[in-house]
Amino acid sequence: MSLSEEQVGQIAYLARLSLSDEELQSNTKDLNSILSLAEQLAEIKTDDITPMAHPLHMTQRLREDKVTEKDQSESFQAIAPKTGKRHYLVPTVIE
Amino acid sequence: MQWETVIGLEIHAQLSTKSKIFSSASTQFGAKPNSQACAVDLGLPGVLPVLNKEAVNKAIKFGLAVNAHINQRNVFDRKNYFYPDLPKGYQISQLDWPIVGEGEIDIVVGENTKTIGVTRAHLEEDAGKSIHDLYDDYTAVDLNRAGTPLLEIVSEPDMRSAKEAVAYAKKIHALVQYIGICDGNMQEGSFRCDANVSIRPMGQEKLGTRAELKNINSFKFLEKAINLEVERQQDILEDGGEVVQETRLYDAVKHETRSMRSKEEANDYRYFPDPDLLPVEISNELLASIKADLPELPVEKKARFIAELGLNEYDADVLTSQKSLADYFETMLIGNESNAKLCANWVMGELSALLNKNQIEIQDSPVSAQELSLLIQRIGDDTISGKIAKDVFKAMWDGEGSADQIIDAKGLKQMTDTGAIEAIVDEIIANNAPQVEQFKSGNEKILGFFVGQAMKATQGKANPKLLNEMLRSKLT
Repeated sequence: MSLSEEQVGQIAYLARLSLSDEELQSNTKDLNSILSLAEQLAEIKTDDITPMAHPLHMTQRLREDKVTEKDQSESFQAIAPKTGKRHYLVPTVIE
Repeated sequence: MQWETVIGLEIHAQLSTKSKIFSSASTQFGAKPNSQACAVDLGLPGVLPVLNKEAVNKAIKFGLAVNAHINQRNVFDRKNYFYPDLPKGYQISQLDWPIVGEGEIDIVVGENTKTIGVTRAHLEEDAGKSIHDLYDDYTAVDLNRAGTPLLEIVSEPDMRSAKEAVAYAKKIHALVQYIGICDGNMQEGSFRCDANVSIRPMGQEKLGTRAELKNINSFKFLEKAINLEVERQQDILEDGGEVVQETRLYDAVKHETRSMRSKEEANDYRYFPDPDLLPVEISNELLASIKADLPELPVEKKARFIAELGLNEYDADVLTSQKSLADYFETMLIGNESNAKLCANWVMGELSALLNKNQIEIQDSPVSAQELSLLIQRIGDDTISGKIAKDVFKAMWDGEGSADQIIDAKGLKQMTDTGAIEAIVDEIIANNAPQVEQFKSGNEKILGFFVGQAMKATQGKANPKLLNEMLRSKLT
């Protein structure tokens, strides 16, 4: 399996990355060599193996359902690019 | 051409936890904008989501209530897309290993019971809210809702009409409230429905191309939106066109659905397991203890109403259709154990009529279940007749006092004094010789005339049973 430059361009668009033609070329090459490395896994029989979801052999710890957070919106909004009256403001998004 | 409609529903039920699914910020509705969005909800660098135990328990409860397989190992994934109300650039959801697997639920439409498959239900976080009309050149973002726990309940495409879809949605709506995992408030967005709708020629097995309808916030709109979409697809196909797979927004004001901008190209959410969250493991002990604590489910309650109270199928179905209605009815039963059918008739008749007329929910009824229970007891112990009780009920509704106060104040107590009734009956018989003759010659219907006269003379207060018996014995 290998990726075309067009596919890499599409992935870059979805991640909102702007790539020059040269970057697109070199990234496609790099990604394809990573893919071929991973392809070695295809030689192993994995039918009876549960797919791994996390590298650590641990399970999720759960939190009690308690509210402990206080309103810190003033400090959070101080570092936002633009705020209105208590709202974060972003360029108009039209549905 | 005969078309068949195929509908599947995706329901988002907001789980009624105090704190968010991955943070300890409050989920309270209606707080000041952004006052409940903490560093985790905002996706600030260095934060770690930690899963809320209650959200997991509530999801398990739902799974058990629809007889579903609970995946005791389940995994959270990142669903990636860019939108201002999603600060992290991804939503934490579950793709391949959802917490709840396949289950089912029965719906009743008309005379028929039908089983609808539940494909899966998974935990995820809600996004914030974008407000487009607050500023001229900006979209305002309130992230209080970001991180609120949701259970997305996905059905099989088992429904064949808008009516079936509404029946299914109402069943799920009632169920989540019964088991106490969601408040079901549709206005506040705690319970939201998206409908996948397609049509195909009758008899064809292959599914047609579907459209996903969004922005439906009532059961009435769900039915309207589906019917509208079915018409639209029929028009397209009958004109030789093709239905495009897309998301359409329902506009209740204009009564139309319209295409939404293509959100992101399909299948490009680039899901992958969230490295910040470890796989969730649900122990057998936890599963058993949740199962043991599960309240009586609507289907069990309905069966009990039929078996133990002797109600018919229809009454039992209506009374268990909402938790608040069932609670009211069961409170009323206290003191009226032998008059269950009478209680059922009053809740579904007099009470429902006035509630509907005034658009009041049963939990806000001006006449409480305890108060109505006392009125029914007065019918049961022959203090008043069922007919007089209706007048007393109206007075109770208008706030004139308790059943007993009104009966006393208006002198409505039924006449059970045999001597007094006898005197009146004798007088009526003496004054109406021709009618007496008619009765004696076999006209049974004329008995009603005598009852009417006696009721008139006693202002409706004569005990009907006593009166009937006395009239019969005196006339024959």
